[in-house]
Amino acid sequence: MPTINNGDTAWVLVSAALVLLMTPGLAFFYGGMVRVKSVLNMMMMSFAALAVVPVLWVLYGYSMTFGNSVGGVVGNPGDFLGLKGLMSTDAIITVSKDHAIPAMAFVAFQVAFAIIAVALISGAIADRAKFLTWVIFVAVWSTLVYFPVAHWVFAFDGAASEKGGWIANGIKAIDFAGGTAIHINAGAAGLALALVLGKRLGFAKEPMRPHNLTLVMLGAALLWFGWFGFNAGSALGAGTTAAVAWVNTCVATAAAMGGWLLVERYRDGHATSLGAASGVVAGLVAITPSCSSLSPIGSIILGLVAGVICAYAVGLKYKLGYDDSLDVVGVHLFGGLVGTIGVGFLATADAPAAVNGLFYGGGVDQLWRQTVGALAVLVYSFVVSYLIGLILHKTIGFRVDTDTEMAGVDQGEHAESGYDLAGIPGGRGGLAIGGHLSHSTSEVNA
Amino acid sequence: MKLLTAIIKPHRLDDVKDALSAFGVTGMTISEASGYGRQRGHSEVYRGAEYSIDLVPKLRIEILLDDGDVDDVAGVIVKSAQTGRIGDGKIWTIPVDSVIRVRTGERGSDAV
Repeated sequence: MPTINNGDTAWVLVSAALVLLMTPGLAFFYGGMVRVKSVLNMMMMSFAALAVVPVLWVLYGYSMTFGNSVGGVVGNPGDFLGLKGLMSTDAIITVSKDHAIPAMAFVAFQVAFAIIAVALISGAIADRAKFLTWVIFVAVWSTLVYFPVAHWVFAFDGAASEKGGWIANGIKAIDFAGGTAIHINAGAAGLALALVLGKRLGFAKEPMRPHNLTLVMLGAALLWFGWFGFNAGSALGAGTTAAVAWVNTCVATAAAMGGWLLVERYRDGHATSLGAASGVVAGLVAITPSCSSLSPIGSIILGLVAGVICAYAVGLKYKLGYDDSLDVVGVHLFGGLVGTIGVGFLATADAPAAVNGLFYGGGVDQLWRQTVGALAVLVYSFVVSYLIGLILHKTIGFRVDTDTEMAGVDQGEHAESGYDLAGIPGGRGGLAIGGHLSHSTSEVNA
Repeated sequence: MKLLTAIIKPHRLDDVKDALSAFGVTGMTISEASGYGRQRGHSEVYRGAEYSIDLVPKLRIEILLDDGDVDDVAGVIVKSAQTGRIGDGKIWTIPVDSVIRVRTGERGSDAV
């Protein structure tokens, strides 16, 4: 009979906080990459996910994801509505034969995943989205896309409920920490929204260079740090699996950064800081589904391949003409595919998942499972995300008007500027000629 | 009286300032500027997309001088700002009608 294990519980709670930190990290990563006139809006799209998703998660999201399965497609929203019953000491998630963690620790860990999944999408629609529409999208997408897809992939039979999702239990694709449920999912949704909203004014004509690469580096560092919770925490216990996942996460990310920089050095002439930050994220994405099934050597190979492929994939938007502004497709969709399908090639039975891939004599058995899982999530997410985006776009509008886009969404949507460095005092804020701070505050309040 | 304007490479500022100060110039106004001449700009690459950046950062130095000092001061700037490579900048002068010191209201040469 499994009982609550203190060490495992402590690790999962710490991991939950680590994963939560990734979303503000993502806000920096994305925020630094846009032009100066939209840095706040970019960061606010991530913070909006932090505002909306936890509430939905408590109300019905956890239950839709981990409630008893309705046909393998979605959890029963009534099972844990409002997290009912989960404060009891009897409410546990079984981790191994004799170890368990409190269900609430699992709720905490998984909410951080739900938050970052939708926040990732915002990179595809930088500089041009209406904030209110984005907030509504966050709620609708989480409900119709993330909760069901996470159920397919993360809900194992007998863990949180008796019956789980079809990919985890039927297809048995290995997605340890969310290569399909998070990254392919967000990448496909990002592509859908980029198509719905259309290109930014001046896309591929005007320079749209990142306004603050130091923020991008800071964001990448926070993501890498938090990702140890994401991947090693997904073991749901403090043991060998978590340790293997940790090492694989570290080394794949290192190799991916190297791979991306090599491509840049030989293709473009210089190894760039944006390339380093992007390579880090590409590697983290690729090792996410695979960190429990690869050896550390396999992880180096996977990371290198992910770094190289993603460095080329980010150029596709110019060739194909879609404005996925911050490369959610190039990094998350392609990185997610490399990692998820890579399991089919590089998995070794020596790793905790105990499955052999094609290169280790396991044949194509695991490869087809991985491919089916990846494609199912890709297609479902793209179609439903496109429809949600299109309906919002045709009704309340998803894109700001041209004047607002030219002046910047920070001004138009938030009435703020990201920076006031050495500005000339007159004409700014409430201290403009003919105005006083109190006067201008009352105007805002009125 | 003349207004001397010099456009220089930003990293030459300290040398130019020291040289002018050693020569006896007592004040100047510096502002950040961007522009290009024969040097044109440069290109930058972000995630494989190449952008040509036409405007490069420069500093603009403005100094008010008596007519007799202009050639010497210009010579000091040329000597201290020069790297010999393309993009070193330009110096020009224009006549000035009047100069007033705000603190005292002095006018003309006394105010320079």
